[in-house]
Amino acid sequence: MILPPVHDFGRNPWDPLPDLPGHSSRGRLERVLRRGEFAVTAELNPPDSADPEEVYRRVAVFEGWVDGVNATDGSGANCHMSSVAICALLTRIGHSPVLQISCRDYNRIAIQGNVLGAAALGVCNVLCLSGDGVQSGDQPGAKPVFDLDSTSLLQTIRTMRDEQKFLSGRKITAPPRLFMGAAENPFAPPYDFRPERLAKKVAAGAQFIQTQYCYDIPLLERFMTRVRDMGLDEKVFILVGVGPLASAKTARWMRANVAGVHIPDAVIARLEGAQDQKAEGKRLCVDLIQQIREIRGVSGVHVMAYRQEEYVAEMVHDSGVLKGRKPWSRDLEPPIDLDDRLTHNLEEAAEMHAREAAGG
Amino acid sequence: MPTPFAFEPPGKPAHRADRFALRFWSTAHARGMETLYAVFERTLTRLAPLAARLGLARLERPVTAVERGLKGALFDCRMCGQCLLSSTGMSCPMNCPKSLRNGPCGGVRANGNCEVHAEMPCVWVKAWEGSRAMEGGDAILVPAPPIDHRLKGGSTWMAVIRAALPAAPAASPKKPGA
Repeated sequence: MILPPVHDFGRNPWDPLPDLPGHSSRGRLERVLRRGEFAVTAELNPPDSADPEEVYRRVAVFEGWVDGVNATDGSGANCHMSSVAICALLTRIGHSPVLQISCRDYNRIAIQGNVLGAAALGVCNVLCLSGDGVQSGDQPGAKPVFDLDSTSLLQTIRTMRDEQKFLSGRKITAPPRLFMGAAENPFAPPYDFRPERLAKKVAAGAQFIQTQYCYDIPLLERFMTRVRDMGLDEKVFILVGVGPLASAKTARWMRANVAGVHIPDAVIARLEGAQDQKAEGKRLCVDLIQQIREIRGVSGVHVMAYRQEEYVAEMVHDSGVLKGRKPWSRDLEPPIDLDDRLTHNLEEAAEMHAREAAGG
Repeated sequence: MPTPFAFEPPGKPAHRADRFALRFWSTAHARGMETLYAVFERTLTRLAPLAARLGLARLERPVTAVERGLKGALFDCRMCGQCLLSSTGMSCPMNCPKSLRNGPCGGVRANGNCEVHAEMPCVWVKAWEGSRAMEGGDAILVPAPPIDHRLKGGSTWMAVIRAALPAAPAASPKKPGA
């Protein structure tokens, strides 16, 4: 078992991690990716509740198996606990949450305020999204805001972080230290535009990408070939979206009703042919993770196991992508660092000396 | 039920399926539109001093009306006041129900239609096609800044005219309470 290095631990679980040169955040996800590890992130299904315990219960199944936990922001245009609040709860217990921001629900005033607030609460990663249309959720009568789009949202947050100012030019005294992400869907038309669109997002500030569900490896290969030709894999960490399908029926339903999900007929046929469709869905997901890992330029996977979150650990384990690496969890003790201990001893000696001097 | 839109200038009717044709004809002829606009922009620039003599304030309303009528017919223009057509393959991005100005969302259907309006071709699928036909089509690859909602309903043509004129002396700032 390979444990996380010492600088992946703060003094307390809720403290920001020590600074590392060349890093824009003090979060664990960026460290794992920059170390060249194959990263795993997972999506948390937000509760329809005001009880923090529900958030803690839902994240518990991921602990020790993922490097980041995405808190969705009204995904599918449905109301749930807010992403900022979920992230704040998660940082309290030491998790490394990814704050999803959807342009559908807030204008630039609300968004910039939330970004500062989230960073103050210890959030280190953001995912900039346009958001699903309001027609797809439980509040179709809502006003779709869409003041910014995902690309201009990236520009906005980068301005806040790197230039220490709001979009208006007004100064920010302490900038948000964030690792910035965006989404891409290689599986939706216009296919030739998708890599170019990715380049646009990278130019706007994206440092990592989490894609839509991948069930079509050839289509992903085609996308990644172009991405590599453009040299984009050198500039951005790409995490490919995966998830288990509970049954052929679910797959058909998702294909017809969830925006942007592409599931080839062969996948549905494979599920239909299986005795235990749920088990086959998990096996399919593991197979996909293993195939995705082999694609050059891919830095990790993003597991979206909606209402099957309890299988994420098992699938990550079975895929073997962590290669014995143990992502952070609360029960891990930071490895003892000799330098640290020496410094600590010296400090203690100096303190004792000072006390003695004062007493004498 | 009227179709909801994120961005709709006052007085602009909701989409009608029979209006699609001309908008799509325009993107299909993006190259021609590009040439036409290049000539038009040069003309505007040349006429700028004359426009200044006539009085820009006086011209504002009629020019805006003509722009609204012409671009409304050709592109279903929504008068965002900061026209992006040259960077979007002559497909007006404000017709996107999410008013995305930088590219398609992830919800585009396999047949190339919109996530929100299943019967409408995605504005950005058309934009990409249009841009590939244009000489300066690669402008679609440059990130567009956040939209300025103050300019909504105003004329881009007048902005072109103003840009062609020598900078006017800055008005002295009013005293507070004056």
